[in-house]
Parts: sequence; C-alpha cells; structure tokens
Amino acid sequence: MSPKAKKSFQISDLFRSQMMIPVIAILLLTIFNLIIGPSFFNIRLEENNLGNAVLSGNLITILDNGSELAILAIGMTLVTAASGGQDISVGATIAIAGSAILKILCGDNPHPETMQAPIILAFLVGILAAMACGAFNGILVAYFKIQPMVATLILFTAGRSIAAWINNNELPIIKDIEFSYFGGFIPGIAVPTPFLIAVVCVIVIFLVMKFTNLGLYTQSVGINENASKLIGLNPVTIKFMTFVILGVCVAVCGLIKVSRISSINYSVIAKDIEMDAILAVALGGNALSGGKFSMAASILGAYVIQYLTTTLYRMKVPADALPAYKAVVVILLVVLSAPTVREFFSKRSKKLKTTRRGVA
Amino acid sequence: MKKRVLATIISAAALAICSTAMVNAEDGLIKVGIINNDPNESGYRTANDADLQKMFCEENGYEAEFAYSLKNDEQIAAAQKFIQDEVDYLLLSAADTAGWEGVLQDAQDAGVSVILFDRTIDAPEDLYVASIVSDMAREGTTAIDWLSSQGLDEYNIIHIQGVMGSAAQQGRSAAVDTFAEEDNVNIVTQQTAEWNAEKAQQIVQSVIDSGESFNVIYAENDDMAKGAVAALDKANISHGVDGDVIVMGFDCNKWALEELLAGNWNYDGQCNPFQASYIDEIIKKLEAGEEIGEKVVIMEEKGFDASTITQEDVDNYGI
Amino acid sequence: MKEHAVLEMKNISKTFPGVRALQNVDFTLCEGEIHALMGENGAGKSTLIKVITGVYDKDNGEAYLAGHEGPVTVHSPQEAQKLGISTVYQEITLCPNLSVAENMFIGRGSGAGLNWKKMNADTNRILQSLDIPAKANQQLGSCSLAVQQMIAIARAVDMECKVLILDEPTSSLDEQEVKKLFNLMRDLKNKGVGIIFVTHFLDQVYEVCDKITVLRDGKLVGEYEIKDLPRVQLVAKMLGKEMDDLSDIKGEQGTYTSDRSEVVYEAEGLQSNAGIRPFNFHINKGEVNGFTGLLGSGRSECVRAIFGADRVLHGKVKKNGKEVHIHKPIEAMKNGIAYLPEDRKRDGIIGDLSVRENIILALQNLKGFFKPFSKSQTYKFADEYIKLLDIKTASADTPIKSLSGGNQQKVIVARWLLANPDYLILDEPTRGIDVGTKVDIQKLVLQLAAEGKSVTFISSETDEMLRTCSRLIVMRDRQVVGELSGEDLTQNKIMSTIAGGEAKS
Repeated sequence: MSPKAKKSFQISDLFRSQMMIPVIAILLLTIFNLIIGPSFFNIRLEENNLGNAVLSGNLITILDNGSELAILAIGMTLVTAASGGQDISVGATIAIAGSAILKILCGDNPHPETMQAPIILAFLVGILAAMACGAFNGILVAYFKIQPMVATLILFTAGRSIAAWINNNELPIIKDIEFSYFGGFIPGIAVPTPFLIAVVCVIVIFLVMKFTNLGLYTQSVGINENASKLIGLNPVTIKFMTFVILGVCVAVCGLIKVSRISSINYSVIAKDIEMDAILAVALGGNALSGGKFSMAASILGAYVIQYLTTTLYRMKVPADALPAYKAVVVILLVVLSAPTVREFFSKRSKKLKTTRRGVA
Repeated sequence: MKKRVLATIISAAALAICSTAMVNAEDGLIKVGIINNDPNESGYRTANDADLQKMFCEENGYEAEFAYSLKNDEQIAAAQKFIQDEVDYLLLSAADTAGWEGVLQDAQDAGVSVILFDRTIDAPEDLYVASIVSDMAREGTTAIDWLSSQGLDEYNIIHIQGVMGSAAQQGRSAAVDTFAEEDNVNIVTQQTAEWNAEKAQQIVQSVIDSGESFNVIYAENDDMAKGAVAALDKANISHGVDGDVIVMGFDCNKWALEELLAGNWNYDGQCNPFQASYIDEIIKKLEAGEEIGEKVVIMEEKGFDASTITQEDVDNYGI
Repeated sequence: MKEHAVLEMKNISKTFPGVRALQNVDFTLCEGEIHALMGENGAGKSTLIKVITGVYDKDNGEAYLAGHEGPVTVHSPQEAQKLGISTVYQEITLCPNLSVAENMFIGRGSGAGLNWKKMNADTNRILQSLDIPAKANQQLGSCSLAVQQMIAIARAVDMECKVLILDEPTSSLDEQEVKKLFNLMRDLKNKGVGIIFVTHFLDQVYEVCDKITVLRDGKLVGEYEIKDLPRVQLVAKMLGKEMDDLSDIKGEQGTYTSDRSEVVYEAEGLQSNAGIRPFNFHINKGEVNGFTGLLGSGRSECVRAIFGADRVLHGKVKKNGKEVHIHKPIEAMKNGIAYLPEDRKRDGIIGDLSVRENIILALQNLKGFFKPFSKSQTYKFADEYIKLLDIKTASADTPIKSLSGGNQQKVIVARWLLANPDYLILDEPTRGIDVGTKVDIQKLVLQLAAEGKSVTFISSETDEMLRTCSRLIVMRDRQVVGELSGEDLTQNKIMSTIAGGEAKS
C-alpha cells in the first residue's frame, strides 16, 4: 500500500477534528439565540459620550469581553500540553501584573493627576513581573518536578496579597483618558481595543508556531518526555518556556483589565479566570493531561465561554440559577468533546456514507 | 523512688500552669481573634480593616490576631482555631449569614465572648454578647425611600446585585424587591455582578443591546456602579443629575462621592466601616464587669444625594 | 465445532481506517495443544488476538467456544476472562505501582471484600510453585522486566483458563526463564488448556509447539502440524517467497575496503550513574560491533553512557580523534552519534504524533529551534524513508501509535538514518519484530558499514550479532569481561566468555 502525500478530506475526519467541538458549540448557541430572537445579533455603530464612533451589540460584547480569556488560553494551552497540568495562579498573577503597571503609572501618589511614566514602560514592567511569576512556577514544575496544580497553588494563594502590597494596599486610580484606550476604545477606531489586542496576540503566536518548533517540541515533550530527551530535547527548558509565555499572556490581560476600570480591585480582578481558562482549553478538545494540542480550538473555546455568558445575561436567567445553567451547558460541551463521543459520531457518519454508497 | 519522681513532675506542671496564668494576668493584654472579609474586597473593607488594626494594638492593651477570608468555611475554620488559641474575645464579620451556630456554641462553651461587627448572622441572639452592625436592610430602604422621593412617573430599574447570599446583598436587594411590588415600578433585569465592575458593565450592556428602556441603575456597591456607568457612557446615554438615567451606588468611596459631586451619579448609600471604637467601648465595659446598654448597636448610616452633597461631606465621609 | 476444539474462529474480518487487518481468517485451537501463531509484522496476529479477547469488535465472522451453544460474542477483556480466555501481552499490562499480590488479583471481580492475608498467602503460594523470584507484598515495579512478565503469566494461569494466549512472552526472558516458562506451558497442556503462543523465535516454536498457524498480510496462509513443516518452509510461507539459509547474508554485502583503522569513537574510563564499571571502548570506521551478555549485564547502560542518555560521571571521549564533551544526547547527536533505544514504547515513539513527525524529529532538533522544516519537506523525508524501509502505514500522517510494533521500529530507524550519523547505536532493534524485518535490519546494518558508517548492534539473539558484527564485547554483571573477534566469534566462545571470562579493564 503506497502512502499518499496528503490525506483526502472526509467528513468523518471533520468530526474527529478538535475544532469541531467549539464550532458545534457556537452553532448550537447561535441557533438557540436565533430562536429566542434574532435581534441578538444586531450590530450598531453609535457615538459614545466622548463623541467617538463605536461598534455596539451582543456580538461585539462577546468579542470584547472574551478577549482576555482568549489571550490566556494561548498560554494555558502550551502549559497544559507540555506539563500535563494546569496553572491556577493566572488570576492572581494578573492582579500582580496589573498592580505593577499601576504602580509605575502612579508612582507614590495613588491618585495622580497625570501618569508618572509612559504606558509602554509600565507595560514592560508588567511583563517582567508576570514573567517572573511564570518563571517561578516554571522552575517548580520543570526543574523540581512538582505537579503544576500544586506548584501554582502558591501564587494562587499569595498572589493577590502581593499585588496589594505592591501598591501599599491602596487603590490607585488613573485619570488620564489615554490609559483607558486599552480596555475600551481608541478614538477613531470603532472596534473595541481588547479584541484588537487579542487579534495581535493570536497572530503573534501563530507566527511563532510557524517559524519555530515551539508546537512540535511542546507536543513531543508532553506526549513522551523520555523519548524527547533521547532526541536531544530538553524538557526542562521547554516546560519552563511555556510558563514564561503564559506570563506574557498574563501581563497583556493585566493591562487590559486595569485599563477597563483605570483602577484595580485586588481580590475581584480576574476572579476565577483560571477555571475559565482551563475550561477553554478543555472545550477546545485538548487533553488536559498534555500532549497534542490545537491552539485555534482553545482560542475558539474561550469565545464560546463568553458567548455562553452573554447568552445567559440576555436570557435574564435569575442570578441564583446562573451558575447552574452554565454548569449544565459546560458539562454537555465537555462530554461532547470527549474522544469516545467523537469516535461514536465519526463512526455513524462513516456508516451513513457507506450505506449511501451501497444504495447508489 | 518512682512516686517521688511522679510527684515532682506533677508539682512542676502545676507550677507552670499557675505561672502562665499569673503571667497572663500580669500581661494585661486582652487577647482578641478578629475574623474579617478580605481587606481588598472593596474600599469599605480596606477602611474597616485599617480601623480595626489601628484600634486593636498593643498600645491600646490588645493582643490581636487577624484572619481574612471571603469564604464561609474558611472563616469557620479560623474561628475554631481562635477558640483553641483561647482568645478572650472573638470579633466576627461573617461573609455568609448561615452556618455559625455550631461554632458560636463552641465559643460560648469555651468561655469566649463573641462580638459581631459590620454584619449580622442567622443565629440566636444569646450566642453573642454584642453586635455592631450596619443594618443593611435599612441601607436599602433609605436608598429606596430616596428613589421614590424622586417622583418619577415610572421606575424601570436595572438591579445589579452583589455576591448572592452575602448580608450586604440580601439587605440591599430586599428593599428593591419590596419597591417592585408597586404598580409603576418595573425591574428590567436583576443580575449579580459579584461586586465586579466588568460584570456590571456586561449586564448593563446586555440590556442596552436588547433595546429595553430603563431609567434607574441600582448597583449594590460603588465598583459595580462604575461598571454600569461605563456601559452608559459607551452608548452615550446620559446619567446623573439632569441625565436620563439615575445612578445609585453604595459604600461611599471617596472617588464615588466625587462622582456625586460632579453630578455624574445621583445617590450613594453609606456603609459605615468604623466600628472599632464601638467594639472597644463594649470590651472595656465587659472587662470592668459592667452591663452593656444595648446588645445590638446599629450604626448611623445615611445616603448622599448628588444635588445636596458638599466637598466637606466628601472629605469627612469618603473612604 | 470441531472435535476437541476449545476455540474456533471462522471467517474473521476486521478493518481499520485504511488497513484491512484481517480478511476471512480461520483459526482453531484444540484441547491440550500449544499452537503457534506466526506471521510478519502487520500480518494480523495482534489483531486476531484482540478480536478473540474482546478488545476489538470483529466486523465479520463467528467465534465458537467449547461449552457454549452457537456463536459467542466477546464484548470486553473482562468478559473474555470470565469465559476462560486469559491473555498475557507482549508489553506488560500490569500496574508497576501496586504490589505483586494486588496485581495478581486486580480486576478479578472478587467483590467488595478483600482479604489481604489470603491474597498475599495465595500469591506467595503461586509464586513459589512457579519458582518466580518475587514476594507478594513487593512493589511490581521493583521487579525486573522478566520477573514482571512471569508474574503476568502466573496471573493468567491462576485464573483457571481454558484458553491461554501468550503474546511474545519470551522477549525479555533469558534461557533459564524461558525453560521455566516452557515447563509451565507443558503442565498446562497436560491439564487440557489450549495455548496460543505468538512469537518470533523460531527455535522456541519448534521446541514446544504442536501446531502452527501462519498469517500473511491479514490472510490465513495455513495451519500445519509441527512435524510437517520444516523451518525453511515455515519462513518461506511467512514471507511468501523462497528463502535461502538465513545465515549467509554477510557474503552479499561488500565490505568497507578502505583503511579500517581510523578510529571514529573512543572512550576511556567512561562511567555513568547507571551502575556500570568504568569501561574503555572504541569503534572504527565501517565497523560493526556488538555488546553481548546475559539480561541485565549492562549492555544498554554502556551504550547509553556513550550517547549521554544517562548522567555521565567521568571519562575521556574522543570523536574522530578530537576530544569532545558528550554528557547529553544533543551533544552526542551533534557529534554524529545516533541511538535507537531498547524500549521503543517508553523511549522511542512519540505516540500521538504522526509517522512523519516522528521521522523528522531528530534531524529537526539538530537543525534548531528557529528553523522548522516546511511541511512539504517533512512529507518528502517521510515518503523517502517509508519507501526505503518499506514501512506499512496508511499514510505519513497516521499517528505512530497505530502502527504495528515492527513498523514503529522502522520509523525510529528512519528517524536516526535521516539524521545521517557516522556512528549508529542500535539497542535491540529486532526485538518483537517479524523475521522479514529482522533480516532487513541486519542487511541494513551491513550496508551502513559498507558505506563507511560505524554501527553498534545489540541483540539478545546471538545469531544476529554473529552474522553482522566483526567484534563482540562481552559483559557480565555490569562490567566488560571480554572482547571477541575473528575466529572467536562462535556461540560456544561467547557462552564460555560470559560464563567465566577474565575481567578486562
């Protein structure tokens, strides 16, 4: 049997493809919203109170508010793939990064009239702070071989206190309008900035994956660490690198989040985002035990979660019941993404094809 | 021989126990265990925590230990620990109103006096010696009284709630639910933003996108009001004094009161964080063997109206 | 059902995406019979076993079991066990982190109540009766691979099966252990158990089996009595062609005629943390050498030290005359050394990655992090080696874990050939592989040598090493005890050196 250079495309492959799960989820949510009322999908171009033209509508809300999660999903996918575990400290490290950014911008006075430093400098400091946290987690996991969830528990517990300490437990507030651009709108650009930032991050990571071996090595180390060592890879370095990359993602999220309110609330900022990030990776059909991954599927998974939240707000689901509804939908989606279920569907579609052929 | 050794050991132990008791009495420091919510939860909490820290220190005659958590089970565990540490007084601001009976009973059995502050709990009154609380329900009714005094033809309210089940949420929401029974009052949506500005923004945005009309935003704390206002600004909907939408918040953060002063918001309800002096007074009375006058002290709290607030108010009451 | 048959499979077919693993295969196992199941890799032996034991659902055909009316469908391995079909797989499927006793009784549905004392006592009894050197409360992972294998067999035996399937049970056993196993098998045979023996070791087949069933490319070639099928014919039927005596392939290859004395690699006092005594080693250009010795004598550890796979403690190493520092695999690779590991499942294949990704990985790593190969380049490389080594795979994108063992091995060989090393170390490359591929690999080794590459070849089948190597290093108890070349390269001389040679420093 001669192997073909490229496999021809079959429907059964589509079902097995990881992208299918988030795509199906989006289809289901869309159909659901269409039934309830297609006005859900209206997009308007309006003027905000500063006179700038901005896009508005539920779809825009989804793209806007889902961006931080999508950016985080990038880093979390890599960490999960290489180390077979999850980083639960991302909420706390977002607090640290955000706090660091505000500290640089405010200096000693938490309510300055103008920013004390250029935003780019503050952002760089934020990146350094978040990368330091990533490196801390990375050393514990990669070198000391501590289980990721256990190792990241440290920052999960202590991180927000560290964030508060950076600013002396005070609440810094930035008055400059320029700072709010990152979490809001840049005058003249109607698309929400967080979404643009997410797009940039996605482009960057895809370029990195295309022009380096990051994807291949990460998967290799995640699937079989021993074999990877014998091919000359250094699993310690690779795992460490994934945590640092997650750190960069955290810093970007931190900037967006503090920019949204031009301030910070240490215990509330990015609360429970780590759970949503892990969920995004799982919804993307990636094995949480590591190995092969699809970055695009995770990113799409992140937007699915936001889509779900926005749909539930639209449905005016009573506040008490909201977590229950979300849980049910999530369970459904995660079960659908399980390999056994996908195999089942792909078998059925193949049978359908063969019977069709038989009939023809 | 053995008996002698045993006797020596026993007497040494007894001496040790007595001496520690004497040391304690000589020490004179009153041991207090303070369980509070996360100080970073809001401006209110930060001020509350700072107030307590300032009051309960060695100079004032206290040996204080603090435990923080937003989680019910963690707070209960901290309480158990303090009881084991044999504190004299247990000061408690509960994150959740339920689940405290067992622990408070243990405290009473161990001879630890429990003083509640900031929030009440669902437990029989005889399980604590005093409580200095904000009457959240009254905060709510004060706010609603002000709202109904605005004399609008109809009230279409976006009700943004705090963490479900927390005392603050329960009190402040109750007033709204009662108000909603009136004919010209309609709740457009009632959702929890869990004290989070971002979530509040999304909730209001959802209503704006659905096209439903509203003229009141009742946000159960300042952060959430801020998020709500961000959504209004994005849609260029006017708010505040002379605006189309009435904005209401709680906690009286300084920056929030400044929004009132600037006319961007309409109302802010005070939640007084300064309970430490009340508690100190009560402890001193108990130590001196006196009777406490009132078991439940409800702090004076008022609401601020944007049209009448002054800079002085901002300086005095802003936290 | 045929007389005296305990198991009869009729007309079995099974297809996987792109591969027809079994086509209309019949198989009959009688009472008290040791029946060998043979065929090249990809012939369908593993698939047939998995259909019998309920791991796979057959697409077509019927199965009959003694004592059951009509056709039987086995839905799962548990059901197979209940029906009296026990299996011991090639790769140990026990739990290394549990104790021996736990492994003996795990999954046997003894219900909620576990009597530890009884379990341990029973286990010790079984272990003693089979002369297995282990204790009931010992952690399984602490036993050697061979002992683990024997425990797996003991477990199957204890379950009073009617059909016992042994899938390559002797791959990790030494001669003594194989003898014990065969005694055991004969005992069972006398008790009326039917045994299916899947193996590549021809000698063993002729030593202990009564019948042979040969499969090729998913189809049944035939069922034969042992006395009716001489070896050469058996091999011919497996390969589908006439074969000359296997032992003369050396003559076919040209030998590297140039200066043989150019030393490609040289090590002095090399010692790793794996517990072998420091040893000296050298290999010349175009030379094939081997390491031989009993199981556990340290052969793999030596070559791992050469490759830097274990932590190198000290030693002076020279490559092509220049002193080099080889403490990590990447350093060895950069110096033109390649290493095919003994345990391909644990150390070789990256299971979920495709065949082509597995092939290019080593060369890719040499090329660098920032220089990934283009997709078309990877396809080109993959297709080249799939053709060269005749790797049976549905496509270059198939995950390597779905290939048969032998084809997986070929992919790993391809990986290292692609990296173009001057010195290639092959540690048990022919283990668990069909005869045809074994010969291919041995021919490949000689061909590489003829091209001027140096090869170290380790195999537990001394025949293979005798056929390919010009020099053999003998090891015993983790140290080098002798070096044989030229006329000394005979089975007898090897045995006697292993048994009692002088320690060579």
